[in-house]
Amino acid sequence: MSLLFELVTPARLVLSENVYQVVVPGTEGEFGVLEGHAPFTTTVKDGVIRVWRTPGGAPEEFTVKGGFAEVSARGLTVLAEHVG
Amino acid sequence: MASLKELKGRINSVKSTQKITKAKQMVAAAKLRKAQAAAEAARPYALRLASVVGSLASRVTLSEASPRLLAGTGRDQVHLLVVANSDRGLCGAFNANIVKAAKLKARDLAAEGKTVLFYLVGRKGRAPLRRDFPKAILDTFDTTGVREPGYAEAEAIAAEVLALYDAGKFDVAHLFYGKFKSALVQEPTEQQIVPVPTPTVAVTDGAVVEYEPDEETILAELLPRYLRNQIFGALLENVASEQGASMTAMDNATRNAGELIKKLTIQYNRSRQAAITTELIEIIAGAEAL
Repeated sequence: MSLLFELVTPARLVLSENVYQVVVPGTEGEFGVLEGHAPFTTTVKDGVIRVWRTPGGAPEEFTVKGGFAEVSARGLTVLAEHVG
Repeated sequence: MASLKELKGRINSVKSTQKITKAKQMVAAAKLRKAQAAAEAARPYALRLASVVGSLASRVTLSEASPRLLAGTGRDQVHLLVVANSDRGLCGAFNANIVKAAKLKARDLAAEGKTVLFYLVGRKGRAPLRRDFPKAILDTFDTTGVREPGYAEAEAIAAEVLALYDAGKFDVAHLFYGKFKSALVQEPTEQQIVPVPTPTVAVTDGAVVEYEPDEETILAELLPRYLRNQIFGALLENVASEQGASMTAMDNATRNAGELIKKLTIQYNRSRQAAITTELIEIIAGAEAL
């Protein structure tokens, strides 16, 4: 039960690991991604991405600006211009 | 023939030059490694962005409503040449080659009756281009304030280029920079950046992908980012190329200085020997006269 989550900025690969769930602030509303999500592409609002490594654990937070998310069979990839 | 003292002075001066070129060579080697690592780290983002933009662009049919960055202005009259150079010299023909490529393109375009404008990044390209095209320099971007140009600079450059595009100052933009092939080879490269040439990607899988809000909106959002990233990539390549060129040029300079020192030392020794011989002859002649 894991989802490959990659957070990429122009300068480097910030994160690439298997996590449980990721909640992304999409432009059309916040959405959560678990393993086996349908392929889906959206732009991301400037805001906070929350990453749960384990169910019920405390989420890790990444502030992103200029983001874009892509869910494919591989997993979730977020491209962000700035990660703070 | 030069006196012994003069020769000694020259040898010393060449030696200190050699020290400088050697130091610069080592600095360039260290910086090259860093620049290569930075270019490596930038690859995942560039690849993914290119594949997304490519697959989106292949879905969208060009129409009146298409983003102007993709469709263009419908004209092909004014060309903007964005020329990225380094700020520092001591890197052989690196900057000269980029400038040469830009000039060639500018002449070709001018021969076709197009208007050519320049947007210059970095300090080293300004003088030669200003000399040849004094009226065509639209603007310059200064990178002397930062150690290595990074994403912030790419964003600033892209913002200015986009502002010029939106203001209708040009129809097509080309980017010139030195592509890093190896420490020995840097290739001056020309690349069209506006309108955005769509990257060609193989369609990955037949899966139905949902788009939110929709393809056009996402594409319009991504195109400026794609442009920024293209410029960022060029800046990174340029940094690596500059260091590579610098390393090669300084290696040659060090070797030449070594050869020169060898030659001068031989000359110095010969003169010294000649002086001693003359002195001996004088002494012997003096003793014989007694």
